Amino acid sequence: MAQKERTLFAIIGDEDSVTGVLLAGIGHLNEHQKKNFLVVDSKTQISTIESAFQDFTERKDIAILLINQDIAEKIRPTIDRYNQAFPALLEIPSKDRPYDPSKDSVLKRVQKLAGD
Amino acid sequence: MSGTGPREAVFPTRQALTNTKLRLKSAQNGHSLLAKKRDALTLRFRQILRKVDEAKRKMGRVLQLASFSLAEVTYATGANSIAYLVQEQAKTASFHFNLTGLGRGGQQILKSRDVYTKALETLVELASLQTAFMILDEVIRATNRRVNAIEHVVIPRLDNTVQYIVSELDEADREEFFRLKKVQGKKKRDAEAAEFVRKKLLGDTGEVQENSSAWLRRS
Repeated sequence: MAQKERTLFAIIGDEDSVTGVLLAGIGHLNEHQKKNFLVVDSKTQISTIESAFQDFTERKDIAILLINQDIAEKIRPTIDRYNQAFPALLEIPSKDRPYDPSKDSVLKRVQKLAGD
Repeated sequence: MSGTGPREAVFPTRQALTNTKLRLKSAQNGHSLLAKKRDALTLRFRQILRKVDEAKRKMGRVLQLASFSLAEVTYATGANSIAYLVQEQAKTASFHFNLTGLGRGGQQILKSRDVYTKALETLVELASLQTAFMILDEVIRATNRRVNAIEHVVIPRLDNTVQYIVSELDEADREEFFRLKKVQGKKKRDAEAAEFVRKKLLGDTGEVQENSSAWLRRS
């Protein structure tokens, strides 16, 4: 599988998570000046998150999509329906909420498969 | 017996029987190969499952550490300005899964950057595992579908076809045998009848000859 052009991260997260990973250098503006990150705060609409999620998953240059777990909770049905291999969807903990493995859609599948 | 299930639309001939038997054989071969493939994939899958589980938990810890280091930055720099700065300065990605130099700001920021870089590397690792997991899952599903299709559709179908052809051929054999017997019997009867007629005719002609000689003698 040729996935050579997929080299970017994308992140949907709260301000601190986004700042952190941008600090590590994942921020990117493409030729249309589109960002590969979305900062979500308490005022952000669910529809904005949904459309950003769709956007990032449809882009051909993104290999890994990070999303804060509490934000993932808000669009859980969309996340659970998502089953493409690329971009890989990773749920990451946010600063003030510890990671809960039982909510992760991938881990849920893992547990289901490991159980039987 | 035949006709109990779905079968191929073939003409019951010996050639078709050979062909169908060959196909049945290769279907069985394919079935066992696919079953082996499935087992191997499942083995690999389980290893990856364990790794994914581990990596996810590790990621939780690593990112917590990273968040903490960012909190230290916020404390050190005082204001919340770094978030805005970093977001606005994002032009091109320097972290294309490998690092190129970029250094701004104070020591805490640098440290935080390092921590986040490490965290991202962990994430890349995890993403690779997860992708492998997804793809393997998909492949295993496809293989399972094929194994089941062969087991429950293709093989019974071919089996039915073979039985159908065999029974049809037997039927044809019996018919042929019966026909031959019948023909034989008829020939025998015909021959007897012909013999009878001939004898009778012979007898008749003898009489006719006698009559005619008598008639000749009279005239």
